[in-house]
Amino acid sequence: MTSWLDALIQGVLLGGLYALFAAGLSLIFGVMRLVNLAHGDLIVLAAFVILVVAEKLGLDPFAAALLALPVLFAAGFALQYVLLNRTLGRDLLPPLLVTFGLSIIIQNGLLQLFSADSQRLRSGAIETASIALGGGIAIGVVPLLTLLGAVLVIVILNLIFYRTRLGRAFRATSDDLDVAQLMGIDIRGVFATAMGVAFTVIAISALYLGLRANFDPTSGPARLLYAFEAVIIGGLGSFWGTLAGGIVLGLAQTIGARIDPEWQILSGHLAFLVVLVLRPRGLFPRAQD
Amino acid sequence: MTGDAAPTAFRIETAGRASRIAAASAGVILLALLALPAFAGRNLIQDLMVLFYMLALAQCWNLLAGYAGLISVGQQAFVGLGGYLLFALTLKAGVDPLLAIPIAGVAAAIVALPTALVVFRLRGAYFAIGTWVVAEVFRLSFAQVKGLGGGTGTSLPPQATSGVFGIEWVKTLLDVRTPAARDIISYWAALALMAGTLAVIYWLLRSRRGLALGAIRDHEAAAAGLGVDIYRVKLAVYVASAAMTGMIGALIYLQKARISPDAAFAVLDWTAYVIFIVVIGGIGTMEGPVVGVIVFHLLQHYLADFGAWYLILLGTLGIAVMLFAPRGIWGLISERTNVTLFPIRRRLVVDGADARLDLPDG
Repeated sequence: MTSWLDALIQGVLLGGLYALFAAGLSLIFGVMRLVNLAHGDLIVLAAFVILVVAEKLGLDPFAAALLALPVLFAAGFALQYVLLNRTLGRDLLPPLLVTFGLSIIIQNGLLQLFSADSQRLRSGAIETASIALGGGIAIGVVPLLTLLGAVLVIVILNLIFYRTRLGRAFRATSDDLDVAQLMGIDIRGVFATAMGVAFTVIAISALYLGLRANFDPTSGPARLLYAFEAVIIGGLGSFWGTLAGGIVLGLAQTIGARIDPEWQILSGHLAFLVVLVLRPRGLFPRAQD
Repeated sequence: MTGDAAPTAFRIETAGRASRIAAASAGVILLALLALPAFAGRNLIQDLMVLFYMLALAQCWNLLAGYAGLISVGQQAFVGLGGYLLFALTLKAGVDPLLAIPIAGVAAAIVALPTALVVFRLRGAYFAIGTWVVAEVFRLSFAQVKGLGGGTGTSLPPQATSGVFGIEWVKTLLDVRTPAARDIISYWAALALMAGTLAVIYWLLRSRRGLALGAIRDHEAAAAGLGVDIYRVKLAVYVASAAMTGMIGALIYLQKARISPDAAFAVLDWTAYVIFIVVIGGIGTMEGPVVGVIVFHLLQHYLADFGAWYLILLGTLGIAVMLFAPRGIWGLISERTNVTLFPIRRRLVVDGADARLDLPDG
């Protein structure tokens, strides 16, 4: 019994990480209908950036991530402004293929720079610290911080979307691109800013990814799939739905792993397919698209 | 299309002079390739085999993405499925490998049908990632099949394929030993599959269904308005390309004689390369993948030793083509010369006049 309760708790905590992965993907899709196939690789890239900053400057990963945030925001802005804005239009193919090409470039670039070795962000005592809940169940501090981080990111994203001028521009371009342009919104700038914001979410996901687990240059595609599954399970268009989707995925994986360790990833995928068959618009749909 | 209602002074024609020459030379090339094992060494035969199956895979992906608007990044699902079915059939059921290839194709089609019902619930770009998830499910599931080596995979022992249909005949006819004869039979199978895939897709695009596909590619909503049953056409294309991809996968792993889940369901080998071939050559044309596979082969031949740098170059090239020449190399050629090798475009020709009106592709 305890073991199952433990699986539930760990699953919810793991869901926090997947919700972070998904929030970035969901944000970009929401604003500009761009499905970024390099999303997972960008998370891994950001994790390597944090790793390098932490090692070169002898900083804690949290401080390193904070330092890396503005750099990554700028990188995201530039990527969208210079490259991805050119791909947007009626045709689905260019954004998909360009981000797919980007994914291959990032993976192999990282492979060239850092070799195929597994890496991890080291943060001293906090890594192994845990809070005992009694009855043999304990919560790791890092997994708990991950879930809290996900909640915080979602609260902030909702504030940006519904309480600021920028958010109004985001929602306007999302609802109707042409009308938004007529109203004088500079969509190229708005899209680039959205990608910048997405990159800061990516950086936060990368921090917790690196603290919770090993990563290597080829870890990206699997993270993309988890992010995507969380978005679809939760239902498009709502960040809170994304959190729920992440938690469902985390639970499915943890429970699957409890039955047989080899089934962890497979049970997550199967849970996603079941939701897709039974509730094709996700568990908490909001958007019409 | 050449209906009676049309005035006699008009004809609809598809083939131009270049394409008639192309059709004739295609026949000659096919015969030459058929006879090649009598002269060529094993290396050339093996190289060409790779070229053939990559071209066949590229045509299948092009049919999906370039015509039906189904951008899949999960075609490795059917390559791996075909490969595993070939291993299961020959190792466990003692089926002749050449017979196992079409059986794998039928099985892939049967599996593709329920798969389509699930992934078709995802629209547009999300469909792409959905197909990838399906491929991962296949990979992880086959890794659980202990009878086929589980996660580490298994090999096809030489004796399982040395009794393949026709091998004795090849050995006496061409005076070669068993391994070479096995290669030659696989080569002919690859040639047959490649030519068959091209023929099926060409026939499909020339048919009524092809017109519907062209309409979907050009404007899906308008096509639906004209009475095209989008869902059915897409489903048919998805299942057909899964069947062809499954057969190609079976052939690939007959030749490789060693299979593992990670290799058989590799997104890089069976989808990323294929996408680059189609995009660089020219998506939405039948000529594009032919050009693309030649470019890909040259790049592979001269640059594959550079490993990661080679892949970075390939990715950059793909992005550059998509941004600056979205119709690929073939698009650049046909823009300037108006040449078509696989004529699927219908033309209205007015007899006794110079007027030639291009009708939409289809």
